[in-house]
This record gives sequence, C-alpha cells and structure tokens, in this order.
Amino acid sequence: MNEMNEVRKPPVATTGIIGWLRINLFFNWTNSLITLFVIYCLYQFIPWILDWTIFSADFKYNYLGEQITNQEMCSRNLDPENGGACWAVIYVRFYQFIYGFYPKAEVWRVNVAYVMLALALLPLLYAKLPYRKYFLYFTYIFPVIAYFLLNGGLGFTEVSTNKWGGLLVTLVLGCTGIALAFPIGIMLALGRRSKLPVISMMCTLFIEFIRGVPLITLLFFGMVMLPLFLPEGIDMDGLIRVLVAVTLFQSAYMAEVIRGGLQAIPPGQYEAAKSLGMSYWRMNLLIILPQAIRISIPPIVNTSIGLFKDTTLVIIVGILDLLGIGRGTLADTNWLGLSYEIYFFVSLVFFIFTFGMSRYSLYLEKKLKTGINMGAD
Amino acid sequence: MSEESIISLKNVNKWFGDFHVLQDVNLEVKKKERIVVCGPSGSGKSTMIRCINRLEEHQEGSIVVDGIELTGNLKNIDNVRKEVGMVFQQFNLFPHLSVKENITLAPIWVKKMPKAEAEELAMRQLEIVKIPEQANKYPGQLSGGQQQRVAIARSLAMNPNIMLFDEPTSALDPEMIKEVLDVMVDLANGGMTMIVVTHEMGFAKTVADRMVFMDEGKIVEEASPDKFFNNPESDRTKLFLSQILHQ
Repeated sequence: MNEMNEVRKPPVATTGIIGWLRINLFFNWTNSLITLFVIYCLYQFIPWILDWTIFSADFKYNYLGEQITNQEMCSRNLDPENGGACWAVIYVRFYQFIYGFYPKAEVWRVNVAYVMLALALLPLLYAKLPYRKYFLYFTYIFPVIAYFLLNGGLGFTEVSTNKWGGLLVTLVLGCTGIALAFPIGIMLALGRRSKLPVISMMCTLFIEFIRGVPLITLLFFGMVMLPLFLPEGIDMDGLIRVLVAVTLFQSAYMAEVIRGGLQAIPPGQYEAAKSLGMSYWRMNLLIILPQAIRISIPPIVNTSIGLFKDTTLVIIVGILDLLGIGRGTLADTNWLGLSYEIYFFVSLVFFIFTFGMSRYSLYLEKKLKTGINMGAD
Repeated sequence: MSEESIISLKNVNKWFGDFHVLQDVNLEVKKKERIVVCGPSGSGKSTMIRCINRLEEHQEGSIVVDGIELTGNLKNIDNVRKEVGMVFQQFNLFPHLSVKENITLAPIWVKKMPKAEAEELAMRQLEIVKIPEQANKYPGQLSGGQQQRVAIARSLAMNPNIMLFDEPTSALDPEMIKEVLDVMVDLANGGMTMIVVTHEMGFAKTVADRMVFMDEGKIVEEASPDKFFNNPESDRTKLFLSQILHQ
C-alpha cells in the first residue's frame, strides 16, 4: 500500500503552471470573471501609464529638440495631442529636491553624508557582512560625524539649517526620529509597566499626552513653546526644535508598540530569569526585550513608515522637506501646472524608502524566526 | 535541629486577595534532604516553594534560606536566588537562545564567568542530563522531555545548593516522564537538597526522605515515605492517596 502511494503522482491538473492558474485564477465562473476583468483593466492601464511616464515623456528636451526651461516648453503644453509627462521640471530642480538650498560649494559634504548613511545601514541590513563588528562601530558614531559634516564645526564652515531642504531634511527627520525614538520608546514601555507607581504614572501620562495630540500641534509646540522653556540667550535651531517634537511623538507610539510585545511574553520567562539570579535590567536586556522586539517588528516598522511620511508635515512650520520643495516648485510661475509630475516624483521617492523598510522588516522576520517557537512547546 | 536547617519556614502566611493560600506553614529542611510535596491542586504547594526563592512574597512569618532571611531587601533576594535553582512545569526555556546559550547566559552575566569556561560548563551539564548532542539546537526544536532536562541543566549551571522542582513532569507526555525523573534521581543520589512538588509517587518512594502533604493552604501531614504511604495519620491524606494511587 505504502509503496504504491510513493510512486503515485498527484493529478496533473493540480500542479505546475496550469494547476496554479486553475486553482488561483479560474477556480469557478465568478473567479474567472473577476480574473478576466482585472486583465482587461491592466491591459487598459499599463500601456497608458508606460506611455505617459516614459515613451511620450519629455526628460530634458521637448519634441522639437529644445532644452526645456519652463512649463511652456513642455511638449504637452506646446501640443496637447503630443507628449506625456514633463520630467524636465525634476531635472532642472533636481538639486533642490535632493539638497534644498545647501550651498553648492559645500554640497560634497551632503553627498559624503548620504554615502556614509548607506554604509551605516549596511551592517544592519546584512548580518553576514564581513567585518560587521567594525561597520557597527561606524554605525554608532555616524550620527556624530553626520552632525558635524552637515551642520559645520570642526573646521567645516557652518551651514545654517534653514538652507537645508528636500530629501536631506526628509532623511534627517526620518532617520533621527526613528533612531532616537526606539531607545526612548523602550524606556517608556518598561517604565509604564514598572511596579514603581511614580515611574509608571509619569510614563503613562507622557505617552497618553503625546498620543492624544496631533503631530501638527506638537510641531507648533516645538516651534513656538520650546524656546520659552530655554534660558534667555540660547537660541535653539529650528530644525532641532522640530526634531524634538518628531522624536517625542514617535517615541510615544514606539512605546505602545513595544509594550504590546512585552505583554506577549509569558510570565514564566520573567520567573525563569529571576530564579537564575538576574537583575531587573539584565532580565529585560537579555531575555525579555529581545523576544518582545522580535514579536513587535511588524508594528515597529509600521509606525516607522508612518513617521517617515509624517515628516512632510514640517512644511507647516516653514521647513521645506521633499514635498515642501515640490510645492515650492509648483508655486513657481515657470513650472505652474506640473503637479502630476512633481507629486508623482515625490510619491515615488517616498515609496522607494518605505517599500525598502517594509521589505527589510520581512527579511528580519524571516531571519529571526529560525528555530524560535514561543510558548511551552 | 533548626541550626542544621538550610531552609526554614516559620508561620508563613500568604493571601491572594482574600484567598488565604498559605496558612501558618512551618517547614524545616536539612542539608541534603529530599522533600516531596504533594496535595490536591490549589492546596498551595507551588506557592510555598515559589516563596522560597521569592517568586512570590509571603506576607507573614519568616523564611530563612541558607542563613539569609527573605525580606524586601533586594540584595538578600539576589543572594538567595543564586543559592536556589528552580525547575518549572512549563520549562520556561528562553526560546530566542540556543540550548547552550540558555545554559551559559546566567553564569556569564550573573557570575561573570568567562565565555569559554561557561561553555565548557554548559557541555558538562548537558552530559549530566544526557543530551550533549542538542547543544546547538533551539528549545522549539526539542521534545518536552529534552526541554525539561535542558531546564535542569540550566539551573545546575549556577551551582545551586538547593533545587526546587515545581511539578516538573506534569506538562510532559507519559513516555518522556521517565527520562526527566531519571535525571532527578541521579541528582538526588548526588546529594542535592531538593524540594519537589510532584504527583509521581513512584519517584517519591524512591528518593524522598520526607513526604509533605498539603491541603487548603496547610501542611496536613509530614512523614517518612514508608509511614506516609503505608500508614498515614490523617483521613485527608488517606483519601488523597486512594485517589492518586488508584488511577
């Protein structure tokens, strides 16, 4: 009986491409109908979007072969029958989109910082990187280097943050917010669960207050109120004030996410750690947090992506991030009416970063899953 | 008598809310003595041994372990926990660490042992519990019996003077119970002071120096295994034994 089963193959119609198509796309007549409808929609949409974004689009020159310097020269404005997107606006304003109003003479510093950021992320992305330990040391000191590099000091000429803009501001806000909020969030989460009533109450109050207030309010708070708390004569940089607001906001959310992870850890883990003589901090650092953070990876990445996109709100306090530069460009009479192109480009840049984060989280989940089986069995 | 005691519980009382879970519990355990605690569920046996390493706090009375009185003093609690190992019903291995890391973690971080030495120690402990070949696996890849043996090895690696077992075989499939009990018998023969909460009466008869029977938060009867099984004094004990032995 068993031997017979071993040689018997599954029915042809359930395996291979045909089997897959039958099971997933043409399982019954409603299923088939929906499949055909979707194929029809894609057939209509894909050629159109490819034509608009690439084949009929202007990149640097219009269809007459002239270099485009304003919206009137775009093919689609010269001849409505002709032409798709006018990417020339991105080409001409590329510098502003990436660096804001950073002085051209100093822009190499931003480029170095971008490259260093990539290097700093490398050991986090690839666990098997050779010499990973040394790369990690670099990751730890990178924020300090980046600060002096971008802001000036240590021999570099100072570049005031009101000249920063575009992707630079988006990345500075996003990365700093996420990186600082993570440890603060962990402390707040532990604090909220603490048995010491004063600490627990303070953390709860902080989290509930920050979560209960819109980010925009916090940004205004950072801009207007924060200087009031500082001693006279000390002027806090505008971008730093916004950074403080963004970090506080993000850490409150991060705290709740991590608290969720902490609650999923069975009490037996605490008991086992305590019975081995571990102190509160060792128990949390070695046993509880590694497990809690592992469980919380999807929501941690979720809130991080949320923050990365929320940084666009800084426009209302007068800081020009990527979207801000885009809106500024749109207000320029030279480029009036090119909102499709600009919003498409800005969306694409945001999508690349957020999609990268989401892929990274999937990779982490997969990597950390090996051999882990939570619970008693 | 009490000078020799390594564990001494005097008039210990504890409440969970209004529920009086431990009522005037008195227990003296001498060095190298093996005590088996039994009783129906909810009788307070687990709570009693969990008070001994302060996983639960008692509210009245005194508990002295190896000359250290358990109070709110955190340093005393840490010192007691270094002396007392514990094995749980649900094993409570750390799922994110390999078997070897589970064992070396506390020696490295609590006792500040060098890593190489701790790993050597871990391998020795795994030999004792007879699963050295599983050192690099994760707890989720082991059977229940193997996990419980790793848990025993993990406790032993801290070189405790006293071992507490809280129903160590209750969560195991029947065919795995023996492999865990065998390890515990070896441990008992090696001279470890042990308090074991269990319903494994065969184990109790083999290793126990003294049986403790608890019911409704009180110690009802304390006797040698011989007397306890053949000629118990209290009716409650007789009833319990008749139920448990006729299964």
